[in-house]
Amino acid sequence: MSSRDLILGRVRRALADVPKDDTPPVPERPGRDPQYEQAVDRTYLREHGDRTTEQTVDLLAENLADYRAIVHRTDNGGLPGVIARLLAERGSRTVLVPSGLPPEWLAEAADATRVPDSAASTPHELDEIDSVVTGCAVAIAETGTIVLDGGPDQGRRRITLVPDHHICVVRVPGQVVSSVPQALDRLDPARPLTWISGPSATSDIELDRVEGVHGPRTLEVVLVAGD
Amino acid sequence: MTGTFVGMPAFPKAAHDAVRNKTLRGNLRHATHTIRDKRARAVTELEDWARLREAGKQIKDHTLHHLDRYLVQLEDAVTAAGGTVHWAADADEANRIVTYLVKATGETEVVKVKSMATQEIGLNEALEAEGIHAYETDLAELIVQLGKDRPSHILVPAIHRNRGEIRDIFKREMGEWGRPAPDGLTDTPAELAEAARLHLREKFLRAKVGISGANFMVAETGTLVVVESEGNGRMCLTLPETLISVVGIEKIVPTWRDLEVFLQTLPRSSTAERMNPYTSMWTGTTDEDGPQTFHLVLIDNGRTDTLADEVGRQALRCIRCSACLNVCPVYERAGGHAYGSVYPGPIGAILSPQLRGTESEIDASLPYASSLCGACYEVCPVAIDIPEVLVHLRERVVEGGPVTRQGAKVVLKPAKGHAAERAAMRAARWAFSHPGALRTGQRLASRTRRLHPRSLPGPGQAWSASREMPAVPAEPFRDWWQRTRGGKDAK
Amino acid sequence: MRVALFLTCVNDTLYPDTGRAVVDLLTRLGVEVDFPMAQTCCGQAHYNTGYRHEAEPLARHFSDVFRDYDAIVTPSGSCGAMVRELYPRMGERARAEGRGDGLATALAPVVPKTYELTEFLVDVLKVTDVGAYYPHKVTYHPTCHGLRGLGLGDRPRRLLQAVKGLELVELPGAEECCGFGGTFALKNADVSAAMGADKVRNAESTGADVLCAADNSCLMHIGGTMGRLRTAMRPVHIAEILASTEEEPLA
Repeated sequence: MSSRDLILGRVRRALADVPKDDTPPVPERPGRDPQYEQAVDRTYLREHGDRTTEQTVDLLAENLADYRAIVHRTDNGGLPGVIARLLAERGSRTVLVPSGLPPEWLAEAADATRVPDSAASTPHELDEIDSVVTGCAVAIAETGTIVLDGGPDQGRRRITLVPDHHICVVRVPGQVVSSVPQALDRLDPARPLTWISGPSATSDIELDRVEGVHGPRTLEVVLVAGD
Repeated sequence: MTGTFVGMPAFPKAAHDAVRNKTLRGNLRHATHTIRDKRARAVTELEDWARLREAGKQIKDHTLHHLDRYLVQLEDAVTAAGGTVHWAADADEANRIVTYLVKATGETEVVKVKSMATQEIGLNEALEAEGIHAYETDLAELIVQLGKDRPSHILVPAIHRNRGEIRDIFKREMGEWGRPAPDGLTDTPAELAEAARLHLREKFLRAKVGISGANFMVAETGTLVVVESEGNGRMCLTLPETLISVVGIEKIVPTWRDLEVFLQTLPRSSTAERMNPYTSMWTGTTDEDGPQTFHLVLIDNGRTDTLADEVGRQALRCIRCSACLNVCPVYERAGGHAYGSVYPGPIGAILSPQLRGTESEIDASLPYASSLCGACYEVCPVAIDIPEVLVHLRERVVEGGPVTRQGAKVVLKPAKGHAAERAAMRAARWAFSHPGALRTGQRLASRTRRLHPRSLPGPGQAWSASREMPAVPAEPFRDWWQRTRGGKDAK
Repeated sequence: MRVALFLTCVNDTLYPDTGRAVVDLLTRLGVEVDFPMAQTCCGQAHYNTGYRHEAEPLARHFSDVFRDYDAIVTPSGSCGAMVRELYPRMGERARAEGRGDGLATALAPVVPKTYELTEFLVDVLKVTDVGAYYPHKVTYHPTCHGLRGLGLGDRPRRLLQAVKGLELVELPGAEECCGFGGTFALKNADVSAAMGADKVRNAESTGADVLCAADNSCLMHIGGTMGRLRTAMRPVHIAEILASTEEEPLA
């Protein structure tokens, strides 16, 4: 007998006391399974608090900053200038660019050499690059989280990991949701997802939080008004 | 579980030394109290916490009750997304599978994301025996690995170490494993984290094989989820060419939507944050992004035996947040090592004796490693009634009875070493069933009270070594009641 | 209303003063209280040590003794929790073992009628000021089974705050277990003693003369620790404080 069959057999025997339900399962969509819908009381909140769109964006900024992300706010016209300034202040000579990043975002960043996100780059090569600029898929106000889904303006997962400086652009209010449940609604599980809440951190020494371990130690989030 | 824990003494013996270790007591007190208060604040922020907790419990219970169906569904979804699913009935089989998969890549080193499941099966030791070096990359795991130590906490395996001890370990050991610690390393947490960053970076950048566990597996989509803080998880999950995830079969949730519950309750319960810095979710493989080969090894290793116990199976709801450790007054004083398992604290005290059985000295003692104060149950984000399971397992130890081991039903004999206690319990039951006998005993105690010693011999020393004996009154209440007709006559 | 005092075996044998205090207090509040002489033990120690089957006859006996009363009042959070929380569970377990509904049916009548003393005062008698006088500085330790099992909440504190002359001071780490835990105190004596010592140090730090709780088992452990650490504080059961009046102050 294969271990698969062995384990499944053990599971079935272990559940001998559990009353069998007669509702046929809906294998392709268990989320729509009436029996499962009944099993879980989902009266928890879809979002916490009652806020205007503007207040939700403010909360995002506040919570990002609370976990030591550096937050900047601008509009479409100001974005290229902000990005150029952040790269210059950091002294970045090289910047990783996802293939679908709107070219105008980097229009004023004259000093930094653009390195395209490429499957051929080795991790060591990525380690030599100073900064990365990306968009995002969605941002969550209540938790101060940005989520990347590998879209054209975000690139491969590793480009926002190896360089030590990540500039992430969030279009507000369009890309902002209040809560975790709302964010999951917007995301596609088939895509590789990275949820980022502040720069990398650890609580491993005496359970005190220290920011800056393996991921980018500096996370700058630019909230761009006007979709 | 891992060889390192075999032959551990019973909990009280191990705790005896820990209680007297002032440094350890100080380290644990500081760390657990810090996180305890933070967790309370993080939880208070969510007005619907109780409902999230109940939903989390229901999702997990439903999944466990239909685990066969969801395992098959998960397997189909992962396979359809480009992954390969393996099944391991026990630790040995899981280790053999992983070793084979690593060898097939031709590599002799792997980088690892912190994973309870791989610790449980002793994967690092198994790989080492086959000439494969496994590098732990979580900061606390690194501290434990470099210090040739054992983990003592689920979330923060090096919680028993303070900053000074960590600096000493880094200075002494890092050079042996790769890049040495920087000169003049101090004990500030920021500098220690920086030293770990530099030390591990070369390993991440050259790694071809990553090994992880997972916090959740979504049956409907085949998505795996790893929740972490440092970015070492992202490194291991995205830079290598091959990813092997070793996950307990109970980590399934049925639907994508279910994550909305656990991604709210887990971070707040474990690191007391609104959200942990990084969460990675992947579904099979993605062209030109991350590992192009993905293996999922599903492990049983005692889980189906635990599932077979109607009362005990709730332990499988655990999402490994460690909130119960952080509030536990026994854990705070005894430390994690006394539990003799990779799962310490209250959850360990109900998980280890179920996954491993209650035959060994340590496992038979774990159900008693609790004052049943209930603080663990109160904070558990999936409402595991840990005291209930502890008492249930005490019953298994003293009474024996039917259990499932390795899928087979067996009848346990009562454990040795409880004969005197059993006799005393029976005698007490007899006396309490005969009020006259109880009364005779009470009167005897009252009449001889001047003769009672201030400290007790034999087993009674356990009390009187640290506590005075209560004075026996001149008459028991029932005599006073009868004598005075319930106080109506003169007092 | 027919009210029975379920004193508990520990109080009956070792702490009769607590029993007298409950009788005095309830009598003063106009409640006629009976002490059924056949009462013994609720079975908690058996149950919690793993001897559920030995506890079953004790639970049946408890129900036989108390089932005809309208209310069963006990000055013990843990014994109260045994009846309210664990008797129903014992019934369920017997059913799951294929022994039918007999035990559940036998125990069901006493479950909703059992009250811990402070619950009975606040919820049933609807009093918080019981007319007590106790001119001391007191700190209150909420015992675990009262706090988390029965959910006594702020009832004991409200009662204490209404006591004339009593100064109530907050106990640091109040909700942490004192380390008694029944047989835990013997089986894991080192950890139990360490928890007790920490509790006593916290209590001492308040400057109170008295540590008050609603359970004498925990007070036996805390008091025993105080004695060994030569602390000047005294452990006192809340019933004795509430029974104390200007006319008849607690000795």
